[in-house]
Amino acid sequence: MEFKNLKLSKKTTFVIWVLIIAFIIAAPSILPVFRLNLLGRYLSLAIVALGVDLIWGFTGLLSLGQGIFFALGGYCAAMYLQITSSSEFPNNIPEFFGLYGVDNLPFFWEPFRSPIFSLFAIWVIPALVAGILGFLVFRNRIKGVYFSILTQAALLVFFNFFNGQQKLINGTNGLKTDVTQLFGQMVGSESIQRMFFWFTALLVIAAWFFSKWVVKGRFGNILIGIRDDEPRVRFTGYNPVLFKTIIFSIAGGLAGISGALYTVQSGIVSPQFMTVPFSIEMVIWVAVGGRGTLLGAILGAVLINYAKSLVSEALPASWMFIQGGLFILVVTALPEGVLGWVQGEGPRNLLQRLGLKRKIETYPSLEIKNQTGGLKNE
Amino acid sequence: MLLDSLFNGVAIGSVLLVAALGLAIVFGLMGVINLAHGELMMLGAYTTYVTQLIFKLPLLKPYYNAYVIVSIFFAFIVSGVVGILLEKTVIRKLYGNPLETLLATWGVSLILQQFVRSVPLAYGTGLVISLIIGLFLPSVFSSKVKESIKFKYAKFISWIFAALAAVFSGNLISSSVSKLSRASARNVDVTAPAWMRGQVEIFGTAFPKTRLMIIIITLISVIAITLFLNQSAWGMRIRAVTQNREMCDCLGISTEKVDVLTFGIGSGLAGVAGVAVSLLGSVGPNVGGNYIVGCFMVVVLGGVGNLLGTIFASFGIGIMTDLIGAGRLLSIWPDMPLPLSNTINFFATTSMARVMIFALIVIFLQFKPTGLFPQKGRMVES
Repeated sequence: MEFKNLKLSKKTTFVIWVLIIAFIIAAPSILPVFRLNLLGRYLSLAIVALGVDLIWGFTGLLSLGQGIFFALGGYCAAMYLQITSSSEFPNNIPEFFGLYGVDNLPFFWEPFRSPIFSLFAIWVIPALVAGILGFLVFRNRIKGVYFSILTQAALLVFFNFFNGQQKLINGTNGLKTDVTQLFGQMVGSESIQRMFFWFTALLVIAAWFFSKWVVKGRFGNILIGIRDDEPRVRFTGYNPVLFKTIIFSIAGGLAGISGALYTVQSGIVSPQFMTVPFSIEMVIWVAVGGRGTLLGAILGAVLINYAKSLVSEALPASWMFIQGGLFILVVTALPEGVLGWVQGEGPRNLLQRLGLKRKIETYPSLEIKNQTGGLKNE
Repeated sequence: MLLDSLFNGVAIGSVLLVAALGLAIVFGLMGVINLAHGELMMLGAYTTYVTQLIFKLPLLKPYYNAYVIVSIFFAFIVSGVVGILLEKTVIRKLYGNPLETLLATWGVSLILQQFVRSVPLAYGTGLVISLIIGLFLPSVFSSKVKESIKFKYAKFISWIFAALAAVFSGNLISSSVSKLSRASARNVDVTAPAWMRGQVEIFGTAFPKTRLMIIIITLISVIAITLFLNQSAWGMRIRAVTQNREMCDCLGISTEKVDVLTFGIGSGLAGVAGVAVSLLGSVGPNVGGNYIVGCFMVVVLGGVGNLLGTIFASFGIGIMTDLIGAGRLLSIWPDMPLPLSNTINFFATTSMARVMIFALIVIFLQFKPTGLFPQKGRMVES
């Protein structure tokens, strides 16, 4: 894959961050509650997009199954909330168990009575699942599209499993969180939701710093090496399996956190989080924003989702067309995403096309890029 | 009992096989992951529906019983032409970048789904007819015309002609078949003609005739495609390009034409699969999505570049699905130990059988990462 490593200039990064932070601070006072809640959800999706950027933008692993880890995090959070606020229901267990004649809490939900365990479970469990799944796949040097297909199949499998298990996790109905209690207040209440918004905003920034730290230095260099030429990394004496497993489970953990935050703000977690389209959408957020930029992932996730809610309110049928067109456009015309376009030759080329800027002549040899064309024998 | 299971498995497997066949060709020969494959199947299924309604018109009523056979050809052409358009506009730009192709074709699949929902089928049919005319009319000119500069005018005129044909045929169909004149997101049903309803007895067990028909369709497709790839000149060119693209280019084989042809055939086979799918249940915009992951599992399990692998893998998955999903192991071996039988009961639904099959495939890939029949090579990146 021909792919230049994008380095956003300090100035661009700074400007974008100032804009983001100003927006986050101003949002609660200028947006109505409904929109603020939507924005909070989309900010939580930015965290899963950061994970996708880590594995796809930096390591070259296109996972179509991030929904698994997203939903696992959501389920952990929702189950904790359900269990702690189930004291008035029979047997002290969440209400839905009664519907299926279950009298005792299934053993694996038992630890979720503890808030500390749940707080860890939200990201440790998805990270562990991702680690195991990743290790089994990477160990056999399955990569490229095979990896994508396998993650998609895994997603479908988890969807089927969660959809079918009424007695353990309420099956297709999912777990509701908005009527549960936290700190003595309803989770769906405005004050708690406002708190979640701030918490999400802080976590997005923290996740960005964390991702930045991960891709910095030698570890990040090896990731990029794996993306660009894996055999060479292996021949140099590194074990790509280890690095890929680590980064995949980091992305899984981020997805789990994101899923938990999304769940408490949308009020429900259900197997719908594990549908195939949702996981592919996560990839397109990153692709539109600019992969390998981290900041692009955040921008892409928030802006595309916001656009989606606005467009589908106005013209419900047209969003599918727009989204489909976006996939094709980004892949064929903007392979480095919007940020990459802005940072690269994009604006200058556009101005030249419009005749507003003089074309700069260079030696033709400098402009020869990959011209082999056609299929490469891989 | 065992025979029952075997037949059900073969029936499930043959749907998988006919659906995965096109995918295996496109993926195996071109290295292109086509996530819109399911939607090409959906187009094939809708073609069956449209053909059925057209055959109910007074003029064609006497031949109504033959509509399934006719729709197989129609579906092949419709999906094939849409596939060719897809290749010429999007996929051609992305050769060598499989992950990008995957995303772009997903976008195409979204557009196709929404297209079926919001455009009346009559006009959709008209559009496909115009595509067929526009793509193939230029090729009927003599080679003298083709080489002259004026050929682009000929192309232009044929596209104008195609557009006129689209409007005309769209209006004609929508005025004569009222069911096709309005867009609808609802599922439609294809009813099998009288001779395909009911059951046949083979070796004392009753088999539904539609299932038997699907097995026959699959068999014919597999034989036809094998003969084409191994016996015809174009088949040889396709195989040659798969093995060494640069050398073929040097020897004067038009790799561009080979790509279009391969992708067109792969897409056309998706259309044929769509006919099979339409016989099994109702047809809706999402019908393709139910099959696509299963097809990919077949391709991964079977290994790339070998149709034999695809055949084995799809029948294997089909038989295993039936064995696990219907809990047949219990009736074959009634007095197995309790923990084992409990486990089997836990997985004895169609959706849980999928879970089990996936686990089995991942375990299998631990031992043979490149599938049942891998391509042999000495490259580092094979």
